[in-house]
Amino acid sequence: MPLFQFLKRKGSNEAVEERADRGFLVFENTSEVIQAENLLKKKGWEIRVMGPPPEIRSGCDLVIEFPLIEELKIIKILQDAGIPPLQAVPVTSPLLQPVDLFQIRDFGRYLMVQAANMKLTVDKESLTIVNISGGGCPDVPYLAEQMVGKLLSEAPSPREIGHTLCGYALQLAYEEMRRRCSQS
Amino acid sequence: MLAVVGTVPDPEFPLLAGKVTLENGNISIQGRSVAVNRGTPALLAAAAKVGEALGQEEPFGYLVGDIGRGEGSQQLYKYLAKHLSQTDFHIIAFHYIQPLIGWHNRILSVIEKMKKRPIFVADAGYMYVAKMSGRANAYDLFTPDVGELAFLADEVAPHPFYTRGFLLHEENHVPDLIARAYAHGNAPQYLLVKGRKDYLANKEGIQAIIDEPMEEAMEAIGGTGDTLTGIVAALSAAGMNIQEAAIVAARTNRLAGTYAHPTPATQVRDIIQYIPKALREILSGKHEEKHEQG
Repeated sequence: MPLFQFLKRKGSNEAVEERADRGFLVFENTSEVIQAENLLKKKGWEIRVMGPPPEIRSGCDLVIEFPLIEELKIIKILQDAGIPPLQAVPVTSPLLQPVDLFQIRDFGRYLMVQAANMKLTVDKESLTIVNISGGGCPDVPYLAEQMVGKLLSEAPSPREIGHTLCGYALQLAYEEMRRRCSQS
Repeated sequence: MLAVVGTVPDPEFPLLAGKVTLENGNISIQGRSVAVNRGTPALLAAAAKVGEALGQEEPFGYLVGDIGRGEGSQQLYKYLAKHLSQTDFHIIAFHYIQPLIGWHNRILSVIEKMKKRPIFVADAGYMYVAKMSGRANAYDLFTPDVGELAFLADEVAPHPFYTRGFLLHEENHVPDLIARAYAHGNAPQYLLVKGRKDYLANKEGIQAIIDEPMEEAMEAIGGTGDTLTGIVAALSAAGMNIQEAAIVAARTNRLAGTYAHPTPATQVRDIIQYIPKALREILSGKHEEKHEQG
């Protein structure tokens, strides 16, 4: 392979990897993009407006690039402001979907629900959250501190106090746990 | 000496660097006490317990408050980029921290230029960013659970939240996921996969499987993976090679769990107190070696 081609490829891969912690927010129209851009910039996030990649076939002609790890917090802020995005997707693989597979373990008195890397365990008799495990983002120990020992119905939800994709995975486990416990 | 980098779940906690001791079940750094529930304080408490049992010096901590906003993590990354080159730690374990690729790459570049390269361990958020950056193979050891292993095996997922379903299915065997992670260059020199069975692997394949004693409840207990990382890191700091340290750590962590008679409601601090007893017994050969060779 000619040297310049090798260098070109290396540079391109490095550029892609540098952006692997970024995501795209897709909106219905450009007015929402502008409103979201103003709101997120005002709150101090490093974002930028750009054209969408070809894989994204919904929404308008502009997307917002944002810090992917903080998807949970950013989506909540946009929802609260009445401008929820149509989609939030990773920059490097826009076709990826959030995990939608739950793994369930029944320990008899205790039930554990796992979503992606997060596990939530509840005492089935008292409906108290007894443990949260897994995850690696810094809001996980904080979420555990705020939720463990509280009733499932009274604990703050990860959506309310979490920030990151680990918090988002815990929110999915929490919703699934509530669904299962409301049926029993 | 072992250095541990991570966060504590308190937004007011300042950036502190110093030796970490245990006091009444909490860790203490620069006069500040931190409760041990899970996360980096649990890793440090387990490492300190190993040091205590082996008569080794206390681990050195780099800690900052962060509850997911990333501000504390950025402050810590910046501090490390400035100061790490002046240190001579034998091993550095990076743990709960906001995964930020730009900062990760700067830290890696600092470490790669150090005169004596430390053993380089990553778990939790730092393991995510190491994989995300495409530089997993620059590391000596990752300690994922099975869900995180599926993420390492998924060459396109930027975070475990986006791991593709076909890799998360329970029928996907751990050995296949390990092989896939190495095939795509998303694994370090050694992987210690924690779960119902613990697997030690390298690019040649599985080197050991540790599955005794078995406590089903351990999977639900937050922080039991953090203690495993703390034990293996402290044993490496004491001079064991990674392979031996990983096997002893997995057996010690399991035995400490057994001594705590755990239920899914047990908290990790109730297990940590048994680490010295478990370690002494494993090292004295009281519990026969029962791991399978891969």
